[in-house]
Amino acid sequence: MLYREGGQFKTSYGDDQAIFPIAQDRWIMTALVLAAFLAIPCFATQYVYTEVLIPVLILSIAAIGLNILTGYCGQVSLGTGGFMAVAAYASYNIWLRVPLFNDLIIVVLFGGVMAAIFGMLFGLPSLRIKGFYLAVATLAAQFFVDWATARIKWLTNYAPSGSVNVANLKALGIPINTPETRYLFILAVTVVLALAAKNLVRGRIGRQWTAIRDMDIAAEIMGVRPVNAKLSAFAVSSFCIGVSGSLFAFLRLGAWEPQAFSIDRSFQVLFMIIIGGLGSILGSFLGAIFIVLMPIFLNQLPTWLGIHLSTATIAHIEAMVFGSMIVLVLLLEPNGLARLWQIIKEKLRLWPLPY
Amino acid sequence: MGIVAPMLDNVMKLSVVSLLLGFVGWVVAIAVLNGPGPVLETLIGGLLVGVLYSLIALGVVLIFKASGIFNYAQGSMVLFAALSVARLSESMPLWGAVLLSAAIMVSMAYAVEFLVLRRLVHQEQIILFMATIGITYFLDGFGQMLWGSDIYQIDLGLPKQPILLLKDVFRGGLLIDPADLIAAVVCGLLVIALALFFQYTRVGRALRAVADDHQAAQSVGIPLNRIWLLVWAVGGLVALVAGVIWGNKLGVQFSLSLIALKALPVLILGGFTSIPGAIAGGLIIGAGEKLAEVVIGPILVRTFDLAGGGFENWFAYVLALLFLLIRPQGLFGEKIIERI
Repeated sequence: MLYREGGQFKTSYGDDQAIFPIAQDRWIMTALVLAAFLAIPCFATQYVYTEVLIPVLILSIAAIGLNILTGYCGQVSLGTGGFMAVAAYASYNIWLRVPLFNDLIIVVLFGGVMAAIFGMLFGLPSLRIKGFYLAVATLAAQFFVDWATARIKWLTNYAPSGSVNVANLKALGIPINTPETRYLFILAVTVVLALAAKNLVRGRIGRQWTAIRDMDIAAEIMGVRPVNAKLSAFAVSSFCIGVSGSLFAFLRLGAWEPQAFSIDRSFQVLFMIIIGGLGSILGSFLGAIFIVLMPIFLNQLPTWLGIHLSTATIAHIEAMVFGSMIVLVLLLEPNGLARLWQIIKEKLRLWPLPY
Repeated sequence: MGIVAPMLDNVMKLSVVSLLLGFVGWVVAIAVLNGPGPVLETLIGGLLVGVLYSLIALGVVLIFKASGIFNYAQGSMVLFAALSVARLSESMPLWGAVLLSAAIMVSMAYAVEFLVLRRLVHQEQIILFMATIGITYFLDGFGQMLWGSDIYQIDLGLPKQPILLLKDVFRGGLLIDPADLIAAVVCGLLVIALALFFQYTRVGRALRAVADDHQAAQSVGIPLNRIWLLVWAVGGLVALVAGVIWGNKLGVQFSLSLIALKALPVLILGGFTSIPGAIAGGLIIGAGEKLAEVVIGPILVRTFDLAGGGFENWFAYVLALLFLLIRPQGLFGEKIIERI
């Protein structure tokens, strides 16, 4: 009754190709974005900002990036954490060493570009290696970066413990130091990148990626150049992942060690896109929300139930439940939460009078 | 643009070959300059560690061959098996603990097959892969909750005194840990046993048939579920052997499941589908990373002012990546033929 496209006629090509062809979708999205910008800052507490909203948004960007590579272009990557680290340390060094570029926007962009270059370098093997062979090969990037950030002293500015920190961040002259300003800055970046990604994947280049994913040899015969398609996917994906890495380091952590971008981070982002839905921008957000919120929920659950357990036991139970949840989601809906949302939409169109 | 791809290809191949040759040349040069003793000792130590990597990789290959599932949980299975042997042997003789752990591993294989894999037939490979990562988390948590998360010992009662070999041939001789040698022998026996099992028994033939083509095997009456159960059970037992040997060498602790990550480059180097590949890959990776750490590491650390070595952490992956650029299917993998 409320959610249907009846009576909404498409009278131009523009209407036909809109991101949200149904008016209700447009209203919901507008309302969501407005609420995120205006309503949430009115009542969110610091805990909600730093533990929920900021990680969800930052990791959504990483998930979008990985989804472009894995979900749209079909190249499985386990090196997400490494690409994030490249950007984080690139940003740190330009922030530290070039006072001229002290602006957060430039710093984050620089991190993204460096990650994109690094990603293209490690994307070169994808021209020859496919499938799981490639997935394990991307681990080379992960472990190499892990090692480089821990051992090359110049990268961490000779900090004795290997831990680096940043302070007094500014964007366009506005100080970004409260949770609220951080959140708003990240939100703005997320909206811009999500919109850009959505448009990329439905454009010419996105269709090339999808063709390569579905069958690379057939795509090549039809005139899609694998070099262009694969390397551009690696570049765009690594850029997004890099931006999220810089944001994660600068605005979520503030002070970090190489451990922050270990292989666990790679798996975390991979879980997000599998659970959210491969090949879906919306899925990247849903997956990020799920993966960020679940450990918080699991952590709090014993307290709510009034059970007292040791921290080690909680950590072990958390790992067990986390593992089973992942298996469970895969068993129930292998196409992810985005597919679930699609099914709900199909049902809603007929509600309340299904025929 | 048209000629860029083949050009890139050739440039890549050439640079990879020269890199690998350069590495070997460097090692040989250092062996000639400083005497062969230290280099040989490192080489043998690396080969013996490589045997252990092979053991872990072997379990993954078995499962991948028969079900097309890339079992990321193999490392956690190794940890789980080692933990259970270590804790059980505190209250019973070692052989009892090993037998009981074997039973646990088989029942775990049954649980995995029945609860997870049976329901994911015909899903894409990446979904199955993700499911095994889920199993990894579960097993890590479950194992440590059940058996505790401290460091435990498995004492096989092997001789601890290093053996000195070839004392007369060159200065210093070679120091070798006998436990490592025994591990190598056990590994060799295991591989021979598995090869015979695959080649000559009825079940082995069925396994090979399933590996070749699931549907064809099913259509001639091979029960797919039972074969999968069997292969996961064998994978579990191989994990048990690996866990006991690693545990004897290093003690049983959580980092054991991280060492198992080293099995991944071994796998891609040898080829996912080849048992000899897992062995050869393990030996190459083990020897290569130890040589890199000991022979080349100090020089790089001095030249570039690094905070310590630790080349072992990534060298294996880069080595495997370089090999793959020349042979995309791994050393012994089946040739990849693609059709439209």
